[in-house]
Amino acid sequence: MYTSIVELTDAATSRSLTIGAAVREQEALDSGESQDALNRKMQERLAVMRDAVGRGLAGVRSRSGLTGGDARRMAEARRTAGAPMLIGGEPLGSAIAYALAVAEVNAGMGRIVAAPTAGSCGILPGVLLSVGEIRGIGDSELVDALFAAGGVGAVIARSSTLAGAAGGCQAECGAAAAMAAAAAVQIAGGTPEQCTNAVALAFKGLLGLVCDPVAGLVEVPCIKRNATSVAVALAAADMALAGIRSVIPADEVIQAMGAIGRELPVSLRETAIGGLAATPTGKRIATEINACDDQAECHAQKG
Amino acid sequence: MPGSGGGLNGPMRLARALSCEAICRIIGRLSEKLRVAGMADVRHRAAIELAAMEGQADVNGVFDIIGPIMVGPSSSHTAGAVRLGLAGRAIVGGQPSRADLTLHGSFAQTYRGHGTDVALIAGILGMRPDDERIPGSFRVACEQGMEFSFAGADLGDVHPNSVLMDLTGPNGLRTTVGGSSVGGGNILITRIDRFDVDFAGTSHALIASYRDQPGVIAKITSLLATEDVNIATMRVSREGRRARALAIIELDQPVSREARALITRISGIETVIALPPVVSA
Repeated sequence: MYTSIVELTDAATSRSLTIGAAVREQEALDSGESQDALNRKMQERLAVMRDAVGRGLAGVRSRSGLTGGDARRMAEARRTAGAPMLIGGEPLGSAIAYALAVAEVNAGMGRIVAAPTAGSCGILPGVLLSVGEIRGIGDSELVDALFAAGGVGAVIARSSTLAGAAGGCQAECGAAAAMAAAAAVQIAGGTPEQCTNAVALAFKGLLGLVCDPVAGLVEVPCIKRNATSVAVALAAADMALAGIRSVIPADEVIQAMGAIGRELPVSLRETAIGGLAATPTGKRIATEINACDDQAECHAQKG
Repeated sequence: MPGSGGGLNGPMRLARALSCEAICRIIGRLSEKLRVAGMADVRHRAAIELAAMEGQADVNGVFDIIGPIMVGPSSSHTAGAVRLGLAGRAIVGGQPSRADLTLHGSFAQTYRGHGTDVALIAGILGMRPDDERIPGSFRVACEQGMEFSFAGADLGDVHPNSVLMDLTGPNGLRTTVGGSSVGGGNILITRIDRFDVDFAGTSHALIASYRDQPGVIAKITSLLATEDVNIATMRVSREGRRARALAIIELDQPVSREARALITRISGIETVIALPPVVSA
């Protein structure tokens, strides 16, 4: 397993591999599994991501009843002729719809792939599947790109954190956007060096993002933060493809994310105490959702 | 697979990342365990424990990042809860006829929105974290004749995501299992009946209850050695001298049915449970 982005990029560049191929090779060495077996495992994850997009676009509700149906709304807006035109165009429109879809399926207790976490599970499929569709990319390249994203995520996990409780939302949605930006650059034909810049550029756009879930649930603002994070990932990918470089190297950005996370107050690290959770609306929702008397309610649910 | 990595070069790498204070704490804790277990080679064991801890703190592969495949919405409140249920089921040796669950802290406050309740029951019924039947686990429990109840309570100074499971096992005996979901779907089992325990369910484990007397642990470990099963970590606790005692031994390999039967026949042994890993990518 690679311990830094620069080590990963050098390994890929020096041997004319994609980042994804370098990550898969290393994974095969570490795990003792064949590259074919690893590809099949990743293909299964790609299939779960696709299923989740399909289910979310059809419309799901969360278990609490607080969220759902927005993926469908976004998808319909993209299709409806004569309605106010969406400004962002493609693949942004579909990326937003897919990210919402997967995040809504997650909130509805459907099956998803944590990437890197359940709370940020919409960003990677949102970016990868929308860019893949518009460019006509085959599954084997999408699988390669998932390895690239996984390699980037593993470096982030090793050198700082991927947990909202430890680092805030930047550690979840920020990391997911950095991973997705690298994956997008790879399938668009960018170099490993450009992937690295995409990681840094995307992460920088989300540094400092706090984790402030209303009522402690993975719904508000998590679902829509998945959608806005795909825009950051796509912007970073396009900048990297244009040859724009991050002044601060990716590994240092990742270190900074960890340091910022440690300085965040506990109220903004997944405790549902501060931020949006502490707004009048956030507090009202929390009261309504958690109003039931545990014991009475649960006995009533029995059977 | 979390916790399965490591190797003896692990401690060197970890030592750079951990403060001296943290290392002293680990070794202190370990010395205590070893004192209880009556073992001598602290430094060697410390190396093994450090390697095991690195496995827990670490990501072991790309599928820990792109994965796990799971039913949402929360790795800690849903996937971790399923695994706690699975661990409880394994500890009582099969499907309980009755499960009375007490939720603590964040588990008690946010269980409905996160589906922590259905996730716990799903795990007790033997479902894995990616099983799409999880949201409907209450109905499955009814169909299979498993009764259950939930209550909220303050369990004291424990992790915010904790549950106490009072399980009536297939043998009709009641066992209390306490555990916490500690993040990213990882769990810790912290209590079995009156014993404080501490294991993550990432590896195979052997739980042996016995009457405290000299030589029991030595006999178990030598049996494991002849079976070529390697011990990763070990913890022994007892209610008092010559009273009921519990050994939790985490292993690198599963224990064969034959070896388990031999261990059961050791003088003083009351029950032996072989636990498969409940946490894997």
